Amino acid sequence: MLTWAVIIVAILICIALFLNLWRLVQGPSLQDRILALDTMYINSIALIILYGIHMGTGLYFEAALLIAMLGFVSTSALCKYLLRGDLIE
Amino acid sequence: MATWLEGLIALVLIIGGVFLLIGSIGLVRLPDLYTRLHGPTKATTLGMAGLLLASSVVSSITQGSISVHEWLITLFLLITAPVSANMIAKTAMHHDLTPWKRTKGQELVDPASRQAPPSDHHSVKDGKLP
Repeated sequence: MLTWAVIIVAILICIALFLNLWRLVQGPSLQDRILALDTMYINSIALIILYGIHMGTGLYFEAALLIAMLGFVSTSALCKYLLRGDLIE
Repeated sequence: MATWLEGLIALVLIIGGVFLLIGSIGLVRLPDLYTRLHGPTKATTLGMAGLLLASSVVSSITQGSISVHEWLITLFLLITAPVSANMIAKTAMHHDLTPWKRTKGQELVDPASRQAPPSDHHSVKDGKLP
């Protein structure tokens, strides 16, 4: 039962990633693209966690935590760059 | 693993996945940036919480001891999702992005793009701080 649930959720997350990719390519403004990137890294964390459940190990947890931290830092850096035109003042 | 527990974990996993998909559908379907911010920041964070809850229960059972390190990611996402949404909305206001005609709070976009306080802000008079 758990195996099938993992496969179904992986399919759902892949559809969600393709929708985010569409918004990343399409997005009328730069802020839309930043938001699409932000959602994409959250969805990729979900995919990695799901692979960890599938393999039955906790090895992939560190990768997920690293992506979460670097994703937040990159989102705030992109927003700061758009606001000020400069990162380190 | 007991069958009812496995069914419960599968249910939580599928609910989390459906919420992640709903957040991404909202990102594609909603009309302007200010409404599009709602999908990823609310639905996607809830979906991640469901997924990490299921992962925490599974690894607690397979290890035989309580596993809490998944809650680190959940806590981190719950803290950072509103902050990043706030920064994206602020950037959009400074760039004078025109909202959709039914988006609420449109009177705030112009003062925010001039970095001025709102016009009905009582504690600030003539642009000087009290």
